[in-house]
Amino acid sequence: MLAYIVRRLLYAVPILLGVNLFTFMLFFGVNSPDDIARMQLGAKYASPEAIQRWKVERGYDKPMFYNPAQEGAEKLTDTLFVDKSLRMFTFDFGQANDGHDIALEIRGRVGPSFAVALPTFALSLVAAITFAMLLVFFRATVLDFWGVTLCVIMMSISSMFYIIGGQWLVSKAWALAPVSGYAGGVDMGRFLWLPVFIGVVGGLGASARWYRTIFLEEISRDYIRTARAKGLSELAALFRHVLKNAMIPILTGVVVVIPALFTGSLVMESFFAIPGLGSYTIEAIRSQDFGVVRSMVFIGSVLYIISLILTDISYTLVDPRVRLG
Amino acid sequence: MGVKPVLLLTDLLVFTLIVCAVFFAIQARRHAPSREAWRRVGRQPAAMASAVILSVFAIIGVMDSLHYRSQLPLEQSESAAVEKTAPVVYSTEVLSVLDALLMPLRVQMEKTYSVPFARESFQRETVEQADGGQARITPRLAYGARHLQEGEPSLPDIARRLVWTPFQALAVAGALLCVVGIKRSRGVGIVAAMRHILAGCTELAWRPALIVVFLVALLVAAGVALAPHYHVLGTDKVGQDVLYLSLKSIRTGLVIGTLTTLIMLPFAVMFGIVAGYLGGWVDDVIQYFYTVLNSIPSVLLIAASVLMMQVMIDTHPQWFDTAAERADARLLALCAILGITSWTGLCRLLRGETLKLRELDYVQAARAFGASTAQILRRHILPNVMHIVLITVALDFSILVLTEAVLSYVGIGVDPFTISFGSMINAARAELAREPVVWWSLASAFGFMLTLVLAANLLADAVRDAFDPRRQIR
Repeated sequence: MLAYIVRRLLYAVPILLGVNLFTFMLFFGVNSPDDIARMQLGAKYASPEAIQRWKVERGYDKPMFYNPAQEGAEKLTDTLFVDKSLRMFTFDFGQANDGHDIALEIRGRVGPSFAVALPTFALSLVAAITFAMLLVFFRATVLDFWGVTLCVIMMSISSMFYIIGGQWLVSKAWALAPVSGYAGGVDMGRFLWLPVFIGVVGGLGASARWYRTIFLEEISRDYIRTARAKGLSELAALFRHVLKNAMIPILTGVVVVIPALFTGSLVMESFFAIPGLGSYTIEAIRSQDFGVVRSMVFIGSVLYIISLILTDISYTLVDPRVRLG
Repeated sequence: MGVKPVLLLTDLLVFTLIVCAVFFAIQARRHAPSREAWRRVGRQPAAMASAVILSVFAIIGVMDSLHYRSQLPLEQSESAAVEKTAPVVYSTEVLSVLDALLMPLRVQMEKTYSVPFARESFQRETVEQADGGQARITPRLAYGARHLQEGEPSLPDIARRLVWTPFQALAVAGALLCVVGIKRSRGVGIVAAMRHILAGCTELAWRPALIVVFLVALLVAAGVALAPHYHVLGTDKVGQDVLYLSLKSIRTGLVIGTLTTLIMLPFAVMFGIVAGYLGGWVDDVIQYFYTVLNSIPSVLLIAASVLMMQVMIDTHPQWFDTAAERADARLLALCAILGITSWTGLCRLLRGETLKLRELDYVQAARAFGASTAQILRRHILPNVMHIVLITVALDFSILVLTEAVLSYVGIGVDPFTISFGSMINAARAELAREPVVWWSLASAFGFMLTLVLAANLLADAVRDAFDPRRQIR
């Protein structure tokens, strides 16, 4: 098991390197630092001296991959790629446009982000599985048909609608929750229940329908017939046998959701003014703070790869036949 | 007045797409299994109904893709003699055929918000009165319900204008019924054929399709009757008619939903089947490539790419003649970026399928006969993975339309001057805080989007059920 985890972590290194190189090429290859300086300074003030000053101030005045002006190993290390990109592996992200340290900012924002994302994730899973089970229990009836229709309608509604509509209805018309904001400690629940609730409802349609097909595939297997034949009630067969055996496809599907979780909270955090990573990213995009966006791309990939590894490990927990090693 | 046709890049691709679709349809007609699969799609009432709605949207989108610049009227001072030699000047405003059809809606701008069917503005204004005093009143709109007298109720007027619409809609549905009836009349006679259709006993689900045609025709007729005289869906902050904005948004949504897949398809298909068929180091390289792209959460990747693309467009203003061309380039770039970030899923599916196909007897036989790799990929592998491509394209469409709204909110979507569902939502979002609520902009954007996406989802489901071999066994 340990050997497996170590190997997976080692596999992650080339992938992260690839991500790193790719983002570097995207941020420095598509537009030269000169272009970016010109745009950030504004066309009016972009004299060659001003551009040079801007580049020196932010450390952009180095060659990209190879620095012939330096001695020895410095030829390769005193470059933009090492300075701006590879350094992210040490979680040193440099400074944002406003002079704050990005790493420090991110550390402070991870908490609120997870406070929204984790409950949303867990509750969505429970809600979707319960709803799907209900549909499967009433399969091939009118209830099933309308349930699936409801799912299709729900997944056809824009996520923005759930957020805007929910915020307006619950916070403004019914005044059941604060419109937006965030507080730590005990008050957290008061602020977070609505975004979490909207997140769960918004994702319910697509995932419930997906779980329903998984369960239906599982329910036509022989062992379910055996379970019924030995006198198990339908509910017991569903929850004790179908659910357990459907765990692997469910877990695989969950991985697909994890990046979407990040997306969802991006908009959600900005609407509810939650000081998390999502709203930080949106602010950075709007103010064209490339350093922050670059760091978020890297962190997002790290989180994604970690969650992939966690999923693989969780396979062993739900299915004793899966042996990693 | 002369016009000068303008072919924007996305227009070109839209027409390319139409040509591809026609070619694909001809191929599918000739090929018995796929003809049979399409018949299975047609048997589902929801699929036929959705197809009708989608084709209406598609017609609007195509009309909005025929762009032109109209000739500017010559200055009055210029004499007739000069007129002959003067160079023809075209307006910098790029319009489309849809704009021309919706002429009254486009130019009848109010000052600001107005409620659907309103005759007065939404906001109070201070007006000088005849006796010198001032009053806070809601002034009459410049265009909406202008024809009504003071104090004349609008309901009877609306009802009077709507009297004929059910008959017009009935006529459209009836005409279609005749056309289908004539095509199916072989052997039974046209009356019997039409009776069959109305009773719903045809193999293809014609009855639901006709019902939807009737409903759509009803809406269109009502729109044609009312829209020139009222702001049917109200006006937005700068006084633009919301119905006009919604109709213009359709093209943006369709372009993003279809062109993205068109751009991504060649790469995904080629890399997928090559990786699966060749294996070895090619497979490793391609797999590494898509794993790297896949590990970056897509929104962040899109955000980063769009930001860079913005810098590029901003620093090279000389590339574009008109604002429309710039907005169009940005739309196309957005499609390309969305395509690059979303091809990995399809690529992986195709690779897996090709791995399976590679070991099958007929491929082995082709190899034994000495067919080249390119030939095997083209003639034996590609046709047998096409159903996966089709299903993915159908399922991706609705997701892409929904994504556009989110991206535009984040600020990495279409150009601010491009009318889209996302930009409509974005503009109207802050207004929910007002009292009374400005709801019509949001409601129309979400309504149109829901109709489009729901129809696409229903059709995609039917396509998947018909083409996925695993689903037919059950």
